[in-house]
Amino acid sequence: MSHSEHETEITVIPPDREKIAKLWKVAGILGIVTAIEFLIAFTMNAGPLKTSIFIALTIVKAAYIVGEFMHLRYEVKLLFWSILIPLIFIVWMLVAFIYEGLAIGSVRM
Amino acid sequence: MASTHAAAAPGRSEWDGGVSPMGASYGKLMMWFFLLSDAFTFSALLITYGLVRSSHHGYVGAVDDFVFSQAYWPIPEIVYQSIPFFHGVKAPLVFVGIMTFILIMSSVTMVLAVEAGHRMDRKAVEKWMLWTIVGGIAFLSCQAWEWTHFIHGVEIDGALVHAGLSHNPYGPPDFAAFFFFITGFHGFHVFSGVCLNFLIYYNTVMGVYDRRGHYEMVEKVGLYWHFVDLVWVFVFTFFYLV
Repeated sequence: MSHSEHETEITVIPPDREKIAKLWKVAGILGIVTAIEFLIAFTMNAGPLKTSIFIALTIVKAAYIVGEFMHLRYEVKLLFWSILIPLIFIVWMLVAFIYEGLAIGSVRM
Repeated sequence: MASTHAAAAPGRSEWDGGVSPMGASYGKLMMWFFLLSDAFTFSALLITYGLVRSSHHGYVGAVDDFVFSQAYWPIPEIVYQSIPFFHGVKAPLVFVGIMTFILIMSSVTMVLAVEAGHRMDRKAVEKWMLWTIVGGIAFLSCQAWEWTHFIHGVEIDGALVHAGLSHNPYGPPDFAAFFFFITGFHGFHVFSGVCLNFLIYYNTVMGVYDRRGHYEMVEKVGLYWHFVDLVWVFVFTFFYLV
């Protein structure tokens, strides 16, 4: 770091209002989706449909966080897919484990 | 930025060195792959929770008639219906809603700090990092209260029953065990995140990144902080809503 220790003139670039407004818009979307989740939590009866809606809304929120906040949407395609493709294993694990759980439940008691 | 997606020289592959084939610096790339591995860890925990939960019987009947029992898995909105300072007031999921809001807001302030870093605006980075730290501490405080309340337990047949790893008043023992393990593991991530955020804030104030010529560290720690928020989105759905 020694070579860069000298004081240099820092030029501060003024904020890009459009970019910041977009970030707040994403925050608003996350808030609205969460509000919808609350609404559904109290108005719908438990069941596969309710669970599916919750999972779908969670994936929407996750996509906005990873895509916009973590900026993955704008990264090089190679990086984008290197992160997304391994997540297939999670889907497989989910299906396998829930299937197994229901099987255990059917022999319990 | 320190590195850009530069094309390789003619006759050479992008992987022969000298360029960043993924258009990101080494440090940022490693943060991404660390987060991928951490995503697997959290998935393993949450999916195992799903296995155990789906192997237990669910409660059948009206929500209003629900009573805590070892025989079936409890309804989350009945378990989590207390808020601080309002003893006896039933406000299902309101407190966890506040916690979710705090974490989403701290994610926004973090992304604003990253944006300010791109512009080399030290004052703005300091401001937004400080807000992010405040959000993280607020979340941890909420969690401390929630744990205390959860462990304190509820009255069953006139006697107060505490919650622990082997026994809890809400439902099967696994219910509390998973609550402690998953929210605890997430809370530890938040705690680590607050420490890292403080380090970044300190370095910013000391002018380290101004001297370095870029604020990429804010971006890397920002990735971690957003990941913590991302995990909470899943914990919130699978623990409190479903």
